[in-house]
Amino acid sequence: MATEPIDLEAAGLCTDAYGSAIGMPQLCDAWFGNQIFWLLVTLVVIYFILSRVALPRIAAILAERQGTITNDIAAAEDLKAKAKDAEAAYEKALADARAEAGRIIDAAKADMKADLEAGVAKADAEIAKRAAEGEKAIAEIREGALVAVKEVAKDTAKEIIAAMGGKADARTVTAAVNARMKG
Amino acid sequence: MASETEVAVTAGADGAQSGLVFHPMDQFIVKPIFGQAGDPVFWYTPTNVTLWLGLSVLAIFALLVMTTSRRAVIPSRGQSVAELSYGFIYKMVEDITGKDGLKYFPYIMTLFMFIVCANFLGLLPTAFTPTSHIAVTAVLGFGVFFAVTILGFVLNGFKFLGLFWVSSAPLALRPILAIIELISYFVRPVSHSIRLAGNMMAGHAVIKVFAAFAAVAAVAPVSIAAIAAIYGLEVLVSFIQAYVFTILTCVYLKDALHPSH
Repeated sequence: MATEPIDLEAAGLCTDAYGSAIGMPQLCDAWFGNQIFWLLVTLVVIYFILSRVALPRIAAILAERQGTITNDIAAAEDLKAKAKDAEAAYEKALADARAEAGRIIDAAKADMKADLEAGVAKADAEIAKRAAEGEKAIAEIREGALVAVKEVAKDTAKEIIAAMGGKADARTVTAAVNARMKG
Repeated sequence: MASETEVAVTAGADGAQSGLVFHPMDQFIVKPIFGQAGDPVFWYTPTNVTLWLGLSVLAIFALLVMTTSRRAVIPSRGQSVAELSYGFIYKMVEDITGKDGLKYFPYIMTLFMFIVCANFLGLLPTAFTPTSHIAVTAVLGFGVFFAVTILGFVLNGFKFLGLFWVSSAPLALRPILAIIELISYFVRPVSHSIRLAGNMMAGHAVIKVFAAFAAVAAVAPVSIAAIAAIYGLEVLVSFIQAYVFTILTCVYLKDALHPSH
């Protein structure tokens, strides 16, 4: 608001002598031309800024982002498939390894069983051999004992006969002892 | 109208500013930015209108061009705003007018960005609001009206008149409906432009009135609280009016592209 009076005619009769509005400045037709002219200039400038620079650029940015997102999703799908394949391969390897391990365990068990059986058989054979030897030794000892008993019985019979004053006939004594021992 | 303000002006005469001084409409005065107050305003004179229209252009340039200069796939905050406003209007045009309306998207985007930037810049204290002037909004409103009408006839020929012939109504009613449709069609640019200018002017004037009351100490707190509240409302109105103007433009454009009901 101006504080001193101004040239009213020059101001277009839409302001009073103190520069204040008379009525609605919106209805002052002296100012229409100016506003319309500058508005048209502004709209044309804005239109060219938008249609030449801003809108194509933003559209390109949005399209690029959409493309990036699509590519990333495709790559993610790809990686997911790969991960699935890898998992399947891993599972297969695991199953194979389990089967192999089972096979190895079975083979080892069979080996051990065979070894064990061989060992047992060998031990049995050894035991049988030892038992046979033992029996043989016992038989020998028994045999030896029989002969010794016979000798002792003959000698004893001879001594007894001699002590009783008789003369021992060796052949008779032997026959008697033999007869006795058989009985 | 002159008498109301003159009463107030007498109180402020001779620089003796005592009591209430109301000049709610002074903010809408067009004056040259160069030269003295009261210099004549010719159509080419750079005025405060020019200044604030130019600032709107700068704001749009900063918002849509400078923020997107990095063309980042992951946007900065500014670029997000630019993309959001692009997507907002693009989707509006696509939803209302359909795919074939998208070639008019740059024009509608121009309208929206201009109105929203001019409205918001006008909210700055001491700012001039071009969109509060009927001369400005009438150019926009009638521009849309003539563009849409010419487009309608160019694209559809005389079938465009089918817009006024409601074929789904009973035959007897159709002439009456045609008259109503015709009147409402010609009222469109008037309501379209006055809605925007009226909203902007009213809010700004009310803030000025409350501001004048702030000079009285007793009611100053109430006055300042009211200014804050109305300012908040005006922020909302600034956006909503830009949105409403744009969406109505889309609706009118849809009539031109698909005139049959």
